[in-house]
Amino acid sequence: MTLRPFESLRVAPSEVEGRHAQGHPEQRRGVTAWVAREHHRFEAAGKPYVYLVPSAAIFALDETADAVLRTVSQRPHTRDELSAAIGDQVEPGDVDATLAELARVRAIGELHAAAQPQPKVIPLAPFPLTTMVLNVTNQCNLSCEYCYEYGEDKIVDTENGKQPKFMSEETARESVDFMLRESGANKVAHVTFFGGETLLNFPVLKNTIAYARRRAAEVGKEVDFSLTTNATLLKPEIIEFLADERVGVTISIDGPKEVQDKFRVFHNGTGSYDIVAPKIKELLKRHRSRPIGARVTLTSGAMNVKRIYQHLTEEIGFWEVGFAPVTTSPNRKHAISESGYDEMLGQFRDLAYDFLEASVANRHHGFSNVKETLEELHKGVSKAFPCGAGLGLLGVATDGDVALCHRFAGSDAHKFGTVRDGIDREAQHAFLQSHHIANKTDCSVCWARPLCSGGCYHEAHTRYGETTRPNLHYCEWIRGWTDVCLRVYGELSERNPAFLAQFDREEADAEKVS
Amino acid sequence: MKHLKSVNQKAGRVERATEPPDVVALQRTGLPQTQPHFPIGCSLVFSPGWEADRTGGTAGLCQPVERDLFDCHIGCYWPAQVPDQLNHAPDWTAKCAAAQKDWRKIDLIFP
Repeated sequence: MTLRPFESLRVAPSEVEGRHAQGHPEQRRGVTAWVAREHHRFEAAGKPYVYLVPSAAIFALDETADAVLRTVSQRPHTRDELSAAIGDQVEPGDVDATLAELARVRAIGELHAAAQPQPKVIPLAPFPLTTMVLNVTNQCNLSCEYCYEYGEDKIVDTENGKQPKFMSEETARESVDFMLRESGANKVAHVTFFGGETLLNFPVLKNTIAYARRRAAEVGKEVDFSLTTNATLLKPEIIEFLADERVGVTISIDGPKEVQDKFRVFHNGTGSYDIVAPKIKELLKRHRSRPIGARVTLTSGAMNVKRIYQHLTEEIGFWEVGFAPVTTSPNRKHAISESGYDEMLGQFRDLAYDFLEASVANRHHGFSNVKETLEELHKGVSKAFPCGAGLGLLGVATDGDVALCHRFAGSDAHKFGTVRDGIDREAQHAFLQSHHIANKTDCSVCWARPLCSGGCYHEAHTRYGETTRPNLHYCEWIRGWTDVCLRVYGELSERNPAFLAQFDREEADAEKVS
Repeated sequence: MKHLKSVNQKAGRVERATEPPDVVALQRTGLPQTQPHFPIGCSLVFSPGWEADRTGGTAGLCQPVERDLFDCHIGCYWPAQVPDQLNHAPDWTAKCAAAQKDWRKIDLIFP
């Protein structure tokens, strides 16, 4: 059966309201006029594609579909006007069939049709916990100037605050029990050790892994471990342990010596590069059980993305490198300005195209930012919340307080219960209610919202003092970056679809932590 | 679809979810059904032509023309809606014991 769009229900103009309340002249006579719904058109491999919002579906368009969509994007068109406008470019009869298909996937709609309601659905409780980030210490042996935990924008007082400086073994065990309890039907629970500098509390970390493996086996589950470290305290026995226990390791490092030593310094101001570089090389040599990634903080003074990437992969040997712009108030000297975001986008684009060419040739490329976004594009993720914080991911402070995520660990204002008493479901529900994408009116007109959903809560808190606010300072950057990733995705779908098939697996992965 | 090609997983799901239903009437296709199938009442009831008899009149029909009222009342909505006998007009046909004889006694109902 073929839908015939021009036969669909006529809507009398008097019954409708909206942006085109005066109505298209044809519409007033009872003829349907078509308008484009929210979408983002892009080209890849010389062909047109469309990313639909909010479904996050990606369709390749043929010439007719592209011509129709582009024409109705300019202004509403009736079928006859459309035929007159593009009739010479298309086969007779194709306009009707194309309108039907575009309407079917909601790339276009009738001018006066009521807007599709977008329900505000709060996930059902209890939502299973996938990833628990355990802040085993809030102390650090470095004093990176930009650090969100110690720098000028910190949320929690880690020096004179109420939390102990190190998590006790007892609290760590209670956290493991909490994790296993709250993981619901999940077979695998992910635990990420975090800090402070995680390895300052290595004894507790080590014993916690043993305890968690034992407890998980008793309840028929598995636990996957990972940690983030600045690498200063790596030594052979620790490396040996991490390799044997298959602990995933992420190293916080900013790049070559001149970049690393700019902000990643010891308390006395000495740069850390010369200390960490040989230790990281040792780790990479010994720890082969899991890929090891670098996590780079980009600041106003350290923006040479390609150079940093090349150093960390080719010269140091990291398997993957992920970049994140520094989270900071706008007036700090390391804050990235608007033009800085443009520059960063240009460099990300270059590196993303390197990634594309490598992936077309089935060679590994370690630019993890693009890979993560490609996976979300492939699945068609359309988020109600920017990340899993407060849902599948929770942070635990050194005293066992459960928080929105590790970046808020220890903050009473962002507390979700304790590992002893469990998740405070009321606080969780209230949080989800007030942070749903439906509340972010600024985002309601942005085509990139299925992926961004307003962006990082912590970034918003640092910039605007509220986690509920969308991060309007990097909208252009997000849209630019999403567009780059869509183009890479389109190219891959054309030139090496087998590469994308790797994302077809369904299991729940650990939330990324940075 | 001919002019659009689904590329990512979500597009595939959108395409499958909006597949126009096939017209199957009473046939058994053997294919798994995506939604419940309701055959329309008239097609279940064998009511041989009451429109006209062989002479062109209505006297010789095998069923009286008034059968129409009750056929539509029970089976479908053509040619006219009949009152809701469950709720608003339970006594609508009280005076009409035999439709062939008493159909004039059926009155209009005003909601």
